[in-house]
Amino acid sequence: MCTVCGCSSGPKIDGQTHAHSHAHTHEHSHGDLTHAHPHAHNHSHDHDHTHGDHDHAHSHGSDHDHDHHHYGQGAAGVSVPGLSQARLIQIETDILSKNNAYAASNRRVLAALDAFAVNLVSSPGSGKTTLLCRTIEALGDQPLAVIEGDQQTSNDADRIRATGARAVQVNTGKGCHLDGHMVGHAMDDLRLAPQSLLFIENVGNLVCPAAFDLGEDAKVAILSVTEGEDKPLKYPDMFTAAKLAILNKIDLAPHCDADLDAYEANLKRINPNITVLRVSARTGEGMGAWLDWLRAGLASKARP
Amino acid sequence: MHEMSLAEGIRQIIDTQAAAHGFARVTTLRLEIGRFAGVEKPALEFALDVVLRGSSAEGAGVEMIDLPGRALCYDCGEVVEIADRLDPCPLCGSGKIMPQGGDEMRIKDMEVI
Repeated sequence: MCTVCGCSSGPKIDGQTHAHSHAHTHEHSHGDLTHAHPHAHNHSHDHDHTHGDHDHAHSHGSDHDHDHHHYGQGAAGVSVPGLSQARLIQIETDILSKNNAYAASNRRVLAALDAFAVNLVSSPGSGKTTLLCRTIEALGDQPLAVIEGDQQTSNDADRIRATGARAVQVNTGKGCHLDGHMVGHAMDDLRLAPQSLLFIENVGNLVCPAAFDLGEDAKVAILSVTEGEDKPLKYPDMFTAAKLAILNKIDLAPHCDADLDAYEANLKRINPNITVLRVSARTGEGMGAWLDWLRAGLASKARP
Repeated sequence: MHEMSLAEGIRQIIDTQAAAHGFARVTTLRLEIGRFAGVEKPALEFALDVVLRGSSAEGAGVEMIDLPGRALCYDCGEVVEIADRLDPCPLCGSGKIMPQGGDEMRIKDMEVI
């Protein structure tokens, strides 16, 4: 599954080398995508053009048997009048099945290491990287590693490495989310130690990452108090998919009239099962509960 | 959301099926899309039009079948159908409901020649 949505540049892991690793994503999708994209971008004329041609070809070629041309863009000139070879193939396949297979493979690797992985999701600017830096500092000797997803730059991985932790940056190009395949390669690079915590910082986006399983044990949604109490209602998919919500930057709450109870009520309305923690990565308030949650998650992965 | 990626996934599945079943053309493609799948159907149609060019499904008719959204009500314990994630339970009016289905995105079947 190539995750590019509306672009031609593919993902990069730490800016390079991983070209080869993506040879297979790209062998199906990328080759096509680079073709597809110029179309998508120039759609105003390109698309109209082909559409015109299409409709023409279509009315010439298959005027006679129209049974499956529901959207005026049916199979142009493919059916042979008088010869019905049509057959129905039952597929019942999940469109994201390829991604789900990569995610399942990542999950097996994590299980074999008794490692606990969290997928940190939020809007851009909610404080994910700062929270992670503070978390890593507070965890001390705990084995851990970080996968940083952003469209461009290695700034976030550089910030994480400054704490001494191992980090791999995945640049998605113009892609809007990480996928199971990218994370699998990043995990290969990280060579996780047994009983590690793996933090996957997704691309800042409250929509797309909700649908893409990376093999993580939990999605953790981070919401800062400056974002508006109704944000969980506006972006319900992500908050439904998350097990834990961190209400971050609570030190700012008095300055922006944020109603923390209203945030929490809206989160619970969208997802009655969600756990909510109030945290300030800057002052350290609430960090203890977050660290306890992580340690409990890690303990739950340990095999007898 | 990422309809272009979904279209790519659909094309990969079609390519695999074409190799397995040896058909020349897909004439109709039927998709099942849950109400809560986050899929914008016109955007997916547009993406498919672009992505399927050059494949065995170029120009195929695309039918999208809506699947309902279902949720478990934590107060009355029933599984109910809801149209919107923010809807209350239609039976008891409770707001404490957890979606349990409706996020499906599947290729159901296709007609081929």
